[in-house]
Amino acid sequence: MAKLVVNQNKVVSINDLIKICPFGALEESEGKLQINAACKMCKLCVKKGPKGAIEYVEDEDQVEIDKSKWNGIAVYVDHIDGVIHPVTYELIGKAKELAAKINHPVYAVMMGENISAQSREILHYGVDKVFVYDDEKLSRFKIEPYTAVFEDFVNNIKPASILVGATPVGRQLAPRFAARVRTGLTADCTILEMNENTDLVQIRPAFGGNIMAQILCPNNRPQMATVRYKVMDAPKRNANESGEVINCSLASELLDCNVEVLDIIPKAKEQFIEASDVLVVAGRGVKKQEDLALLQELADLLGGQLACTRPLYENGWIEAKRQVGLSGRTVRPKLIITCGVSGSIQFVAGMNNAEQIIAINKDENATIFKTAHYGIVGDLYDIIPNLIEQIKDSKEAI
Amino acid sequence: MNILVCIKQVPGTNKVEVDPVTGVLKRNGVESKMNPYDLYAIETALRIRDQRGGTVSVITMGPGQASSVIREAFAMGVDNGALISDRKFGGADVLATSYTIAQGIKKIGNFDLILCGKQTTDGDTAQVGPEVAEWLDIPSMSNVSKIVEVLDEAVVVEMDMSHDIEIAKVQFPCLLAVEKDIFMPRLPSYTKKQATKDREITVITFDDLDDKNEKHYGLNGSPTQVQRIFPPSVNAHREMWKGTGEELTVKLLNKIKELKFA
Ligand SMILES: Cc1cc2nc3c(=O)[nH]c(=O)nc-3n(C[C@H](O)[C@H](O)[C@H](O)COP(=O)(O)OP(=O)(O)OC[C@H]3O[C@@H](n4cnc5c(N)ncnc54)[C@H](O)[C@@H]3O)c2cc1C
Ligand SMILES: Nc1ncnc2c1ncn2[C@@H]1O[C@H](COP(=O)(O)O)[C@@H](O)[C@H]1O
Repeated sequence: MAKLVVNQNKVVSINDLIKICPFGALEESEGKLQINAACKMCKLCVKKGPKGAIEYVEDEDQVEIDKSKWNGIAVYVDHIDGVIHPVTYELIGKAKELAAKINHPVYAVMMGENISAQSREILHYGVDKVFVYDDEKLSRFKIEPYTAVFEDFVNNIKPASILVGATPVGRQLAPRFAARVRTGLTADCTILEMNENTDLVQIRPAFGGNIMAQILCPNNRPQMATVRYKVMDAPKRNANESGEVINCSLASELLDCNVEVLDIIPKAKEQFIEASDVLVVAGRGVKKQEDLALLQELADLLGGQLACTRPLYENGWIEAKRQVGLSGRTVRPKLIITCGVSGSIQFVAGMNNAEQIIAINKDENATIFKTAHYGIVGDLYDIIPNLIEQIKDSKEAI
Repeated sequence: MNILVCIKQVPGTNKVEVDPVTGVLKRNGVESKMNPYDLYAIETALRIRDQRGGTVSVITMGPGQASSVIREAFAMGVDNGALISDRKFGGADVLATSYTIAQGIKKIGNFDLILCGKQTTDGDTAQVGPEVAEWLDIPSMSNVSKIVEVLDEAVVVEMDMSHDIEIAKVQFPCLLAVEKDIFMPRLPSYTKKQATKDREITVITFDDLDDKNEKHYGLNGSPTQVQRIFPPSVNAHREMWKGTGEELTVKLLNKIKELKFA
């Protein structure tokens, strides 16, 4: 079994080693260095500790899987009642790019009821095959039958990788299915790359901190990742169809389930910050809830919307749907102006694909300046009120 | 009715950084707390119990000190607690974590309803709940924003699908991952804390589990592996502006006009 082994005789200072572990998984017990259950196997102690003090011992009898049996990159077609979520096209774009590197086909898999017209739409985006499961029992997303369909698709087609949009459906369907076939799943990837040996390189912010982790699923297939909306680029729609639709079906009793959808209540049409070309973001540099009116005014003048960082939402100052970031919304506006935002990795992961990023922060060492195209070192209270006046003046002058 | 809540201990702060020189992770302060999203799950469980009778248990997988979140749950009114802890579980990814939790759940009893938080603030995947449900072979629903009605054999819930709300009836046993704000979590009570300070916590180690194949746990049971960690990238095309408030305002205004937003 692969594990970490402590060679006590090579441990120079127990305390120095304990300090290396960011997870508090090294401890002293009876004068010896021990590894406890908090270990995340990041292997930092192996790399940073004295040579040989902690060793990573590989599993001797691990069976290598035959990767050549798994072929293709599949995208889950996320839709509700046939309305395809645009994240699907973004993932198809990414899948094509990844597949080109290893000469694999690109597949889409769609399940629902009366979706034949919609499935043809996918053919305008350059996939090789669309596998369609059309059944009245699949009319609405229900975890059990949808997982069963997914399982059927993967058993028959054996795709090497599967990309799923991190939507309310994708975020529950992907893990359920990953556990069924006992494979790995990386949530909310922000970067995806492909290795020549068909290993999918999955990168996301991790450990709840200001760091990125590069994750592999080296000995399991399929490899699975979820990606949020607006993280990848959607390909252009081709005027002509290409590829083919393949109709599939599953024995009806496999689609039975313990969930019954009783009713669907459409939510009031609301303004989503994802849809806005301009965003003004309030961070903790905003001192009082009343001051948000200032930023709202600027947003209105620029034809945009107000957004926020997580602490402002946690304070109850703004609604959840305006929070940008890893645990909020991913946005990709033409212009984003951050005001009093430090630029934590979880925030930046939700907005670094914006076309123009302007950051106002009074601390010139703030991390947001690593992401911003224009970094303004200054006090937002010295800038925003003036700016509002001047924009108003120049509008009146016209 | 027997309800189980999955809770996790998470770092009290998220100030983890990579030292740019040594590449070592720095975590300032080691204090930890209960995953805030799990408090909503506990509150939901307590309310259902108080209405329908039965018990509320909590389970957590983590190092020995994670028992402190079980104590906190007791102080909120939870009846039983179990800690799954073993060095063999170290380095577990979502698959191995959910498998171990599901194995632990099978050891402590039969539950009609299992509740999870929306996500954790350290793992932040929202995947553990649906995977636990798969291992237990029970239906699951995430994004549960409201408990409409608890019946004898099923629960009726609202699931927030962002553009619409689905009302669904889920048969017991089932697993629900609840949204923040489903109910306001109560504060731990001092009296309850005192009253439960000697209450026993069930500790489950590797040897207690039915499946004794070490390959299913910890690092070995984890298909995903962290290959490397690195600081986020820096935007190469950037300008920094300094000056008085007035100067900066003018520059900003000109830039906004140049970009044709005003
Ligand atoms: C798993 C996980 C997920 C997370 N998800 C998200 C997420 O989705 N979105 C999110 O935003 N956060 C998220 N966070 C929290 C994140 O780590 C940060 O804590 C948060 O983004 C900080 O918000 P902030 O920049 O507004 O506040 P702070 O970090 O407190 O920064 C405030 C900044 O304002 C500046 N400032 C103060 N006064 C002024 C002034 N008068 N003028 C100009 N500048 C001023 C300061 O110099 C400082 O840089 C997450 C954390 C974790 C662990
Ligand atoms: N180690 C753990 N022990 C018990 N429950 C957990 C653990 N990790 C995650 N959970 C549960 O799964 C939910 C989602 O966690 P995550 O997938 O890490 O975002 C949490 O809110 C908990 O209810």
